[in-house]
Amino acid sequence: MNSVFDYIGVHLIRFLQESGRITMLFGQTVVWIFRPPFDVREPLSQMEEIGVRSIPVVVITAAFTGMVLALQSFTGFKRFHAETLVGTVVALSVTRELGPVLTGLMVSGRVGSAMAAELGTMRVTEQIDALYTLATNPVKYLIVPRFLASLVMFPILVVFADIIGIMGGYFVSVKILGTNPTIYIRRTWDYLELNDIYSGLLKACVFGMIMATISCYQGFYTEGGAEGVGKATTRAVVLSSLLILISNYFITALLF
Amino acid sequence: MVEDGSVKIEVVDLHKSFGNNHVLRGVNLKVRDGESMVVIGGSGVGKSVLIKCIIGLVRPDSGNIRVDGQEITSLDEKSLNEIRKKFGMLFQAGALFDSLSVWENVGFGLKQHTSLGDGEIKAIAGEKLKLVGLRHVEDLMPSELSGGMRKRVSLARALAMEPEILLYDEPTTGLDPIMADVINDLIVQMRRKLRVTSIAITHDMVSAYKIADRIAMLYEGEIIEVGTPQQNKDSSNPIVQQFIQGRAEGPIKVR
Repeated sequence: MNSVFDYIGVHLIRFLQESGRITMLFGQTVVWIFRPPFDVREPLSQMEEIGVRSIPVVVITAAFTGMVLALQSFTGFKRFHAETLVGTVVALSVTRELGPVLTGLMVSGRVGSAMAAELGTMRVTEQIDALYTLATNPVKYLIVPRFLASLVMFPILVVFADIIGIMGGYFVSVKILGTNPTIYIRRTWDYLELNDIYSGLLKACVFGMIMATISCYQGFYTEGGAEGVGKATTRAVVLSSLLILISNYFITALLF
Repeated sequence: MVEDGSVKIEVVDLHKSFGNNHVLRGVNLKVRDGESMVVIGGSGVGKSVLIKCIIGLVRPDSGNIRVDGQEITSLDEKSLNEIRKKFGMLFQAGALFDSLSVWENVGFGLKQHTSLGDGEIKAIAGEKLKLVGLRHVEDLMPSELSGGMRKRVSLARALAMEPEILLYDEPTTGLDPIMADVINDLIVQMRRKLRVTSIAITHDMVSAYKIADRIAMLYEGEIIEVGTPQQNKDSSNPIVQQFIQGRAEGPIKVR
């Protein structure tokens, strides 16, 4: 019986410790954003890495999501002769939900793992210690640029995803399923509100912060050589993805 | 060299544990101004932890560390950074930033803490690299360097801010004997030319005898003996004798 309580206790304490350290790192990051020296070059190069280089992944994900969404909802709506609503469903699902979530998950897999691996390698090869000895704060130098770049680039990527997703749906509906293009476009525009897009972009900002904080945290506190870097990388992706899915529900519920 | 010189770094009753592993158990050490102190000891006795405490990378559990008379164990990050500007540190594997070129590595401190332009920084970096015997490597990336070159670039980086104190973490580990001697010569030169105070940790006795003014032996979390290289060789302490002769049998427990 004791061992059960031990088990629960140990894991509860570890969970709370970890949450506390992540929150503290997040807090430090936010504070350091507003403290000099301000560097432009590093955030810009991170934006290129996180944003520009993610475009192909995001475009392919969004295109096929929009396309399959059109196929599936067509099958459903056909049963009660409402095929013309496919455009509405695609537009709402992509902008409110699938655009931000799938972009968040895909970019976390691509960028989060790289962030954790890079910072983790810097930790185990003492490069982070070297930063301290050069009187440079590693949170300011390493984490702030990645955090800012994620915060800015995630919404921009989601805008891409929204446009491409809707175009994917249009392509399948009009070119393959033979829906009238004018009706499809009208059904898309008539029911789509700016709020749908804003809520998706808000989600993207939150997902960007989650991904950057979690991935940098995992990398920054890596222990145990090459194996440790591997574990940190895996944890960064898994934990970012889970937190993105969980926070997605709560943001949606809040904005409902 | 300096028998009555003023004390530059003073470590008093320093304790540090990691979980149940009580690494430092009351370390006392005085390093005089301009002196080259070498701390010897087996693997895992806490040599690295000791110098990481001195430069503020690891916070000790208790005890005092004074640099130029100023207590550093209780300082906040900002004041600690001011103290760190007095230090330069050579890491075991170099710890060069692999996303930056050699000259950007060497000039990193200057870039962060001065308003010098890239051209001036590159020029200073070139000078520091010459000081450690490297030419025409400014534009290479760290991945293109050999182990010995990495250590020398790392030394150049440590020198760039003109520190008063240099810390060497196993400066000769992982190098062939000739490159090890090149590094030893550099360490001796740095002390003569730049009059820096230095602390090196090592288990390479050849290196220790070559670079040390005094040698301190760290064993089971304490400094058990401090003396000149000659005193160290003549030590009557069986633990010191076993270590410097590198024998497997003796009072030191091999784990």
